[in-house]
Amino acid sequence: MNITEKILAKASGKKSMHPGEIVDANVDMIMVHDLTGPLAVEAFKKIGVQKVWNNQKAVVILDHQVPAESVKAAELHKMMREFAKEQKLSIYDVGRGGICHQVMPEKGHVVPGAVIVGADSHTCTYGAFGAFATGIGSTEAAAVFATGKIWLKVPEAIKINVVGEFQKYVTSKDLILSIIGRMGVDGATYKTTEFSGPTIKGMSIAGRMTLCNMAVEMGAKNGIIEPDETTRKFLEGRVKALPNFESLKSDKDAVYERTEEFDVAKMEPQIACPSSVDNVKPVSEVGNVPIEQAFIGSCTKGRIEDLRLAAQVLKGKHVKDGVRALVIPASQEVYSQALKEGLMEIFTDSGAIVCGSACGPCLGGHIGLLAADEACVSTSNRNFIGRMGSTKASVYLASPATVAASAVKGKITDPRKLEAKA
Amino acid sequence: MNMKIKAHAIKFGNNIDTDVILPGKYLTLVDSCELAKHALESLDTSFPKKAEKGVIVVGGRNFGCGSSREQAPLALKYAGVKCVVAESFARIFFRNSINIGLPVIECPGISAAVETGDELAVDVEAGKIENTSNGKKFQVEKLPPFIIEILADGGLIENLRKRLNKK
Repeated sequence: MNITEKILAKASGKKSMHPGEIVDANVDMIMVHDLTGPLAVEAFKKIGVQKVWNNQKAVVILDHQVPAESVKAAELHKMMREFAKEQKLSIYDVGRGGICHQVMPEKGHVVPGAVIVGADSHTCTYGAFGAFATGIGSTEAAAVFATGKIWLKVPEAIKINVVGEFQKYVTSKDLILSIIGRMGVDGATYKTTEFSGPTIKGMSIAGRMTLCNMAVEMGAKNGIIEPDETTRKFLEGRVKALPNFESLKSDKDAVYERTEEFDVAKMEPQIACPSSVDNVKPVSEVGNVPIEQAFIGSCTKGRIEDLRLAAQVLKGKHVKDGVRALVIPASQEVYSQALKEGLMEIFTDSGAIVCGSACGPCLGGHIGLLAADEACVSTSNRNFIGRMGSTKASVYLASPATVAASAVKGKITDPRKLEAKA
Repeated sequence: MNMKIKAHAIKFGNNIDTDVILPGKYLTLVDSCELAKHALESLDTSFPKKAEKGVIVVGGRNFGCGSSREQAPLALKYAGVKCVVAESFARIFFRNSINIGLPVIECPGISAAVETGDELAVDVEAGKIENTSNGKKFQVEKLPPFIIEILADGGLIENLRKRLNKK
């Protein structure tokens, strides 16, 4: 069995597992946020069950419309606070957490080998820790609140094997864009994407989170990476106990639908052009594209190493006149670390604005929306029509280095070129 | 829920994402009828008006990709969409639709066989789709019985209530 099959077999009390089989799995953790939680709470109340099945296994995180940008949002937040209090659930409120997919592992809610569901499509991020994690809707979340179980179809698996060392200013974001560019936005629909190979072994937790985070952008049910020493180092002190990682490795004879090979050694910085995540090309080939906004943040690329990279590019430089540069740390922990390292000073001095930890403009909720005919280059995960505001705006997806370099030049820029000219 | 549906089709292309079906700026709306007023407005501002009397949405590949927002299928359902038939679906949208009692049917080849305005007859339980305007028929793999039961009950919550009460 591969790692996903092993986790689902254990969660459903089975010895073996084959793709296509439908299992009733026990859920180890569920997360809802401020835009999916309210519908889940409403649905939960209709079921007629008084208590969430296990209050240690459900988490509420307010991160999308925070701090409340409207009275409507404030009412939703109030509803979620009341629900968390009544059910005695962990809640990460404004100033106490940050973006759900960063907060969940930071605060010890992600354990390797666990089955984790979240009412957010990027829940697949936790596969970076060797958990089976997938996005669900609000009604389904309500059913999990009531029963602690979910039906799942065992997915077929695609192995994505990555070799080679990244060149300077080429990152996990460039890799996942390149993967999606080849596979297509429905290239892994219903399937698991298992990332492996020496490049993944050598990759930081933050980089692995970027890969698994965007697995859903090719339709995958989950992305997953075998847990190892890097995983242990991040989670130790955060989780109560760690399982034995030996049982969380894919068997040598595990079955995959196919294997896709990637070599990053010669990879250039990549960019997804409007308005599809698989419309990917090297940054060097996009030509002259002026931008009005640059966004560094989101559950894809708002972690400390991402901010360090952006700061490295921005240090001593200025954001071009006519460009708004937004920096949003993925969590309070990341924010605090960036402060200690002096990164905030670099951002502020360069003319960027640093906002409080939230999902921000990524989903066009609030903070830095786009007007018609504006272009934004962003470290986030989606460039759909209207995603970040006006349906007539354009969104380009790239790494923190490319976004920072583009902010300086006022147009989409390969970060390696900026350095060459400096 | 009635498993036999007859309505005119409105056809869309590939990769219709949930941001296009219901943009993020409306996610603080809690009333499904309010959500419905914005269904698919990014592609066609008159869609809610067109769907009012009941329509079947025909989609291409990867219908409903992107965000897990259940507000997307809710907006379609309350705008008057009776069923979505597509070449293929993104998985979260597919589950969400069933869970709120909106039938979704995967039907390879449907895009080429239907134009906007054609009348479709769909038998959800039997997996039969007929374009009565041009006579083209499809038999697709039937949905598993437990999914049919969720749809018949009008959604997962009603289905779960029923199951929990039996225990």
